[in-house]
Amino acid sequence: MTDKLITAAIVVVGVPGVLIGYIWATEQVLRILPERRRPAIRPWLWLAPALAFLALFLVYPMIGTILRSFQDSLGKTFVGLDNFFWFFGSADALSALKNNLLWLIFLTLFVVGFGLLVAVLVDKVKYESFAKSVIFVPLAISMVAAGVIWLYMYQYKPPGAVQTGTLNAAVGVAGLGPIPWLQIEDFSVNTFMLIIVMAWMWTGFAMVIISAALKGINPELMEAARMDGATEWQVFRGIVFPLLVPTLVVVSTTMIITALKAFDVVFTMTSGNLNTNVIANEMYAEMFKFGQYGRASAIAVVLLLAIIPIMFFNIGRFRAQEAVR
Amino acid sequence: MTATSPGLDQAGPEQGWFARQHIGLHTALIVLMVIWAIPTFGLFVNSFRPATEAFGTGWWSALFPPYNFTFENYAHVLGQSNIGTNFLNSLFISIPATVIPIFVAAFAAYAFSWMEFPGRNILFVVVVGLLVVPLQATLIPVLSLFASWGIAGTFLAVWLAHTAYGLPFAIYLLRNFMGSLPREVFESAAIDGASSVTSFFRLALPMSVPAIAALAIFQFLFVWNDLLVALIYISIVNPDNLPLTVSIAGLVTSQGAGTEFLGAAAFISMALPLIVFFGLQRFFVRGIVGGSVKG
Repeated sequence: MTDKLITAAIVVVGVPGVLIGYIWATEQVLRILPERRRPAIRPWLWLAPALAFLALFLVYPMIGTILRSFQDSLGKTFVGLDNFFWFFGSADALSALKNNLLWLIFLTLFVVGFGLLVAVLVDKVKYESFAKSVIFVPLAISMVAAGVIWLYMYQYKPPGAVQTGTLNAAVGVAGLGPIPWLQIEDFSVNTFMLIIVMAWMWTGFAMVIISAALKGINPELMEAARMDGATEWQVFRGIVFPLLVPTLVVVSTTMIITALKAFDVVFTMTSGNLNTNVIANEMYAEMFKFGQYGRASAIAVVLLLAIIPIMFFNIGRFRAQEAVR
Repeated sequence: MTATSPGLDQAGPEQGWFARQHIGLHTALIVLMVIWAIPTFGLFVNSFRPATEAFGTGWWSALFPPYNFTFENYAHVLGQSNIGTNFLNSLFISIPATVIPIFVAAFAAYAFSWMEFPGRNILFVVVVGLLVVPLQATLIPVLSLFASWGIAGTFLAVWLAHTAYGLPFAIYLLRNFMGSLPREVFESAAIDGASSVTSFFRLALPMSVPAIAALAIFQFLFVWNDLLVALIYISIVNPDNLPLTVSIAGLVTSQGAGTEFLGAAAFISMALPLIVFFGLQRFFVRGIVGGSVKG
């Protein structure tokens, strides 16, 4: 145990020391070079640690995955685009794709909408820290515990029995019959119930980031507008919101990717049954249940391709940001 | 959605913050807080009830007499043979796995936002695009890398893996924040002869404190709650290094017995991330950035 403590102490002090030392050393190395060559080399020295980590632990495995998406389940024969044709030809996969679209739209809307609302509201009250903690708690709960919590919420007992689920007890008080929340396939009601669980967890995430950006806005700007007689709504519309847009894009992009990768909630609550399946669950099943590594890899590649348009949107936005700063 | 009525608010929020025009604001906020708290509160109440009751009646019935609360679930979770070691392991894993990616990402974000080089935007998009890589697809290749380096089962392996997994989001968030800082600040520093290193540590880093605090919260939380990475890179080789999440997962058998302990376990394991969240709250204050950035 003392070994561990010593190691921990060395790491906590030493690692930042090494990293800061690295950046300092690069500047010393650059001094040896002729001045006009420095700007071309410097960025790569700053990026090197990050790129090394990403290349080893994400890019290298992903190249393997891309190669495997063109191979059969044993990884021996090249099968061209067969795995992709299978994916877009299978009814299961297409229904999962449709559900992911619902996830993508509604999870993002819920999380960004409520995150923004809470961040803006708590900014005006004295119990800000407490209010934020209440919204943040669900994110700190492990996925398994969140699954248990919401099984309690959605629990359904046949009519006449005592309802132990919070929502059905509430519905019962209003004089309505119990509702089997997670079993209603019409209009994808059960998928929406799963999206709500995820939105409940991730609103705290959006709130924290949006709040951090909100604190970065120069208060003098808002004060000046208020002096000029602007209402709180006008201050929000005219000053706060435009300055938050870049951050909202970051949060939305992150949530879109989270929606594309949505897995845990579906896996723990419905296992993808009753038309609640999602792509990541399909990938998990192909990989671990059926041993179809080629197909599972093809699904991972589809995910990778799906975000390309969103990434291009991000490039455009960063160019705009650089043009005005 | 802010419920303040137009025209009445010119005095600013400092004066009469509980005045009539703010009642709508407080109501909206309190309703949201109650909605967000109810699900967790239900589990919290149930974590103090005997299993038979927790499964037989709704959590709210425990709030009325006859009261029947118990600490048995907590006692069972805390009585797990190696829970103390696993708790410390969680700390050893989480702290470096939070610190390392923040530094590495800050360097990269600074280069992406304030240095010119060919292919910058494409490279940035590739980095952020890596967010979508499914972790499951990396586990086996990375484990064999660790095995060939001889570090499978060590804390170092988990630190490296978590750093890499956390980087795409960290770089994305910090680049957005650092990129929005005004150009004049860096230009005038450069004219005064400041090197990139000085500009980074004296300007970019201090002005990004709220974003770094947000990042620290999330990275700590994700590493603390991680089960998959720890299971794959540690458990096979060195069970002594396993974190808290593994002992919690062990409470529930594959047949589903032991679910009654999950509530207690969830609240025990949540305590530390919430302390980190509270601790970093003081960095979310207006003025850290505003003071040094001219609007």
